[in-house]
Formats: sequence, C-alpha cells, structure tokens
Amino acid sequence: MNELEYNPTELLICIAARQMPDSVTAFIGTGIPMLAASLAQKMHAPNLVPIFEFGGTGARLEKLPRAVGESRTFYKGVAASGICDIMETATRGFVDLGFLGGAQIDPYGNLNSTIIGPQHHPPKVRLPGSGGGNDVGSLCWRTIIIMRHDQRRFIPHVDFITTPGYLTGPGAREAAGLPPDTGPYRVVSTLALLDFEEESKRMRLLSTHPGVTVDQVIENTGFDLIVPAEIGSNAPPTAEELRLLREEIDPEGFYI
Amino acid sequence: MRVIESGIGEMIQPPDLDGFRAWNREKKSRELVDKVMTDAEAISRFVTDGCYIGTELYGTVRCPMTLVREVVRQGKKDLRVAGQGVTELDLWLGAGLVKTLDITYIGLEVFGVSSALRRAVESGQVEKVVEWSNGGITWRFKATAMGVPFIPIRAMLGTDTLKYSAAKVVECPFTGMYVCLIPALILDVGLIHVHRADKYGNAQIDGISGFAFEMSRACKRLIISAEEIIDTEELRRYPDRTIIPYYLTDAVVHAPYGSHPGEMVYCYARDERQLREWVEASKTETDTQAYLQKYIHDLADHQEYLDLIGPQRLEQLRAEEEGRR
Repeated sequence: MNELEYNPTELLICIAARQMPDSVTAFIGTGIPMLAASLAQKMHAPNLVPIFEFGGTGARLEKLPRAVGESRTFYKGVAASGICDIMETATRGFVDLGFLGGAQIDPYGNLNSTIIGPQHHPPKVRLPGSGGGNDVGSLCWRTIIIMRHDQRRFIPHVDFITTPGYLTGPGAREAAGLPPDTGPYRVVSTLALLDFEEESKRMRLLSTHPGVTVDQVIENTGFDLIVPAEIGSNAPPTAEELRLLREEIDPEGFYI
Repeated sequence: MRVIESGIGEMIQPPDLDGFRAWNREKKSRELVDKVMTDAEAISRFVTDGCYIGTELYGTVRCPMTLVREVVRQGKKDLRVAGQGVTELDLWLGAGLVKTLDITYIGLEVFGVSSALRRAVESGQVEKVVEWSNGGITWRFKATAMGVPFIPIRAMLGTDTLKYSAAKVVECPFTGMYVCLIPALILDVGLIHVHRADKYGNAQIDGISGFAFEMSRACKRLIISAEEIIDTEELRRYPDRTIIPYYLTDAVVHAPYGSHPGEMVYCYARDERQLREWVEASKTETDTQAYLQKYIHDLADHQEYLDLIGPQRLEQLRAEEEGRR
C-alpha cells in the first residue's frame, strides 16, 4: 500500500488523536479511542493521561489494549485502582475529556447504545447498554463522540437516551442536575468533524474529511445540520501518523 | 426530601440493610475455618435456583470463569443477575439460566454486540431488564459496602437509562441540587477470581481491582476462586495487599487459569483463539449449545477443561503475558 493511502478507520483515528492535547486526562473506551490516545502520545501529547474505567490511569500505550480492563490499560501507569475511584475522580471534575460512541445520535448529541425500536422490553434489537458511557457523558468536562456517519445513525430522535448529550437543548443538562459546563464537544464522524453551536446546542459542521463534500455530509445526516458559511477541511493522515499506526500501535491489524 | 423523578424499572433485589447486618452477625463466622472446596461443591452449596448473583470484573479480564462454567454445568436456573459481562454472562444467557437482569453492559467489547444477549432478551426469555450505568451498578455495591440503603450520584440524570432503572432523582436537602439516588444492591452470591488466597479466604488481587472491593462487601455468600492457595503466614506478611478478609468469604476454590479464556495480569495473557471461538459459536443457537456441550457439559471439572485446552497452549499464554517488563 502506498504510504499516503489510508482506510476510513485510520482517518478517524488520526482526526480523533488530533483532538487530544498534551497533559489532559482522557477517559478512553475500547476501539478507536485507544488507538487515537496511543497515537496522540506518540505524536504530540506524551503526557496525555489515559483513564480506563476499571482502574488503569496514565498508562504508556506502547501496546494496544484490547479491553478496558486489560493489563495494557495500566502498563507503566501512574495508578491501578478500581472503577469507583475512576468514576469518583470524574465526578470531582478531574477528567477533562471523554470518548463516546453509539448506534444512534440526535442533533443534541444524545446517544443510544441500549435498544433499537420503540419498546424497551422485549426490544426489537438489544444492544449492550450504557456500560460506562452514561457516566462518561455525565461527568467528564468535554466529550468527543466517534460515529459512523449515515442517515440511520444521525437521526432527529434517538430510540433511547442511554447517554446524555445536551438533552432537549440549552440549560437542559443543568436542569436535570448534571454538572454545569459539561457536554459534547466534538463529533468525529466518518465524513466530517462537527461541534455544537453555543446558543442552540445543536450539531454544527466544522470541517470535512479529504474528498468529502458538504452536500455529502448533509445527505448523510437525518436531521437539519447547522452549516456555517465557512467550512474547513481536515488534513489527511500524515506519513508519520500512518507509520506509527501500522508499525508500532497496531502491527497485528487488530483494529485497522 | 422531594422526589423529582422515579425510574419505572423494577427493584429486582430490594435491599434490607438491617437484615444484612443480622446475616453478617449470624451467618458469617469469624472463626478461622478451612474453606477450600471444589468448584462443584462451592456452587452446589451456595448457588440456588432463583438466587440473585453477580460476577466480578469481566470475561476477558480476571473473571471467575471456572465458577461461571460450573454454574452452567449444574444448570442453576431462574438466576437474577447483576449484568456487567463480556462472554461470562453470555454462557449463562446461552444456557438459558437467566430470568431477570440488572444490566449495565453485556457485549463483546471489540467483537461487538452479544448474540447470546440479543437472543435471550429479544425473545423475552429474559423476563425483566432494568438499566444502570457501570458507575451506577458499582456504586450500588458501594452503598451496601457502606451499610446504607442508597447513595447519591451525579450520573444517569436526564436519560432513559434512569427512566428504565429503579433509581430516583431527588432535591438534595443540603444544597438544593438534583441528585440521582441509587439503592444498595445485596447479592445472594458473588463470584470473584483472585491471584492468591489462603485456605480461610483472605484474598489478594494484583493490578487493577475492578469492583472486587465493593462487591466482596455486598454479598451474603462469597465464592473466591484463586490462581494460588498460599500459606496464611506468607499472606500475613503482606496484609496491605489483602483486599478481601477471610470473614467475607464462604468458599475458596483452587483454580489455576481460572480466568481462561480471559487474562490474569502478571500470570497469563488472554486466549484470543478461544475468545474468537465463542464469538463465532454464539452467533447461532445450535453452535452455542455445541460449545457449551464441548467445553462444559462433556467435562467433569476444571482440570478436564484445562486438559482440553492443553498444557502447550496454556504455557504459551504464560509466555505472552507482558507483566512488568
């Protein structure tokens, strides 16, 4: 493969990695966030502190964890505690970033990973459930959502709010009792990078991925997206990012 | 205290804290008694049909898989389960043993959704499902560990996860802020796998402790399986590493490779091949039953399971463990 050819997963990982500054604490879940955190540590954020829900804190992600409880989540870490300590650390306001995903997302960044269909039980399709998702979406200062971008996933109303985004709009999180000044910060999708407009708390297009048009993003979104006059474009993965991903982070091709 | 909202989920296991105190006074001996027994004996003595049961950590990481398989072998049924699981609860769901679920996450992590969960829940075979977050369910154990009927948390608020739970939102009488109250959860039986224990049930865990501390204090009966049974005098040299004191423990099962196919930090790596075999088998009902037959019902005990996996592969997993390198 030519070094500047890349697959959609590699692009997602690179865009997500670039959202992680150095010396912040980041709640990391299985999959793309693990690869992105490892890439960020190797590229620009050597002191990024990955936090895993079952107790791993500050690991050097030299090798990729395949589960949020496995030994690599605290390899050369600063602490290995347990889930209560981690969730309480987030409750006290020590966790800057959190990564989330789901089967469905609405314009306010509410996420569903519980059921598909109108009825809770028995459901049409049963998904895993909240896991740590609800805790991360409730307690971290900022969350970054990673999603495949299509009309079935980006929809006006999710079937079940597993994890809170901005709920029904401005002020709704605070009214529900969630900690103030928290909520979704970015959406890294397979087509674009998005954020949430300050006044309405609705999803807004920021920049598109290489080769993706604004119309494509709009067509693949099942609700009215806020589209500002100026849209940026995301730089493709660099040769160094791809080398690190393929040769150091996931040489066995576990994820990519 | 003003109640703002009540979840509509059923309280599958209502907490009785005074009853728990009395239980701990009367049924949990402070005597140093040898509690070492086989997995078959531990499960048949303490796990009953219809009991409320939980497992600690999860199927690919320091999970009591030996005990989980023995529950399947003995066909304990109508289980009410605290559901945080990756593959271990799949085995119970696949075997049709689960009646109700307090669920937080049941899936296969990197391998995706759990087919066993989907079949069991979508068919209505699992009769009730009550939602929680991972923090929520662990804090429920913590409330029991504290000996109080509930604790306030700042997660789950504003969501359907709360609506379909048995939690409540109240106005805090001190600050006026809205908090989510989660009820204490007392397990009839808890299963925890540890690195080492003595014959009395003092137990030590290396690496992350998951929710072993809280869960071990929230069980009426606690079955420990251990990679190693060590001498009490040796264990007493490092009391700071003992997170489960003996009086919490009802049974100690010696289970080397007890987390297989999951990993055990500093001992052995996870068995990728075996995990994938379950992921594939669990996709259909027929293959699920064939897997359960081959790896559980056709085998008498844990030793036969280890023989089937084979010493060569187990040694390989020890070699793969990266440890403290």
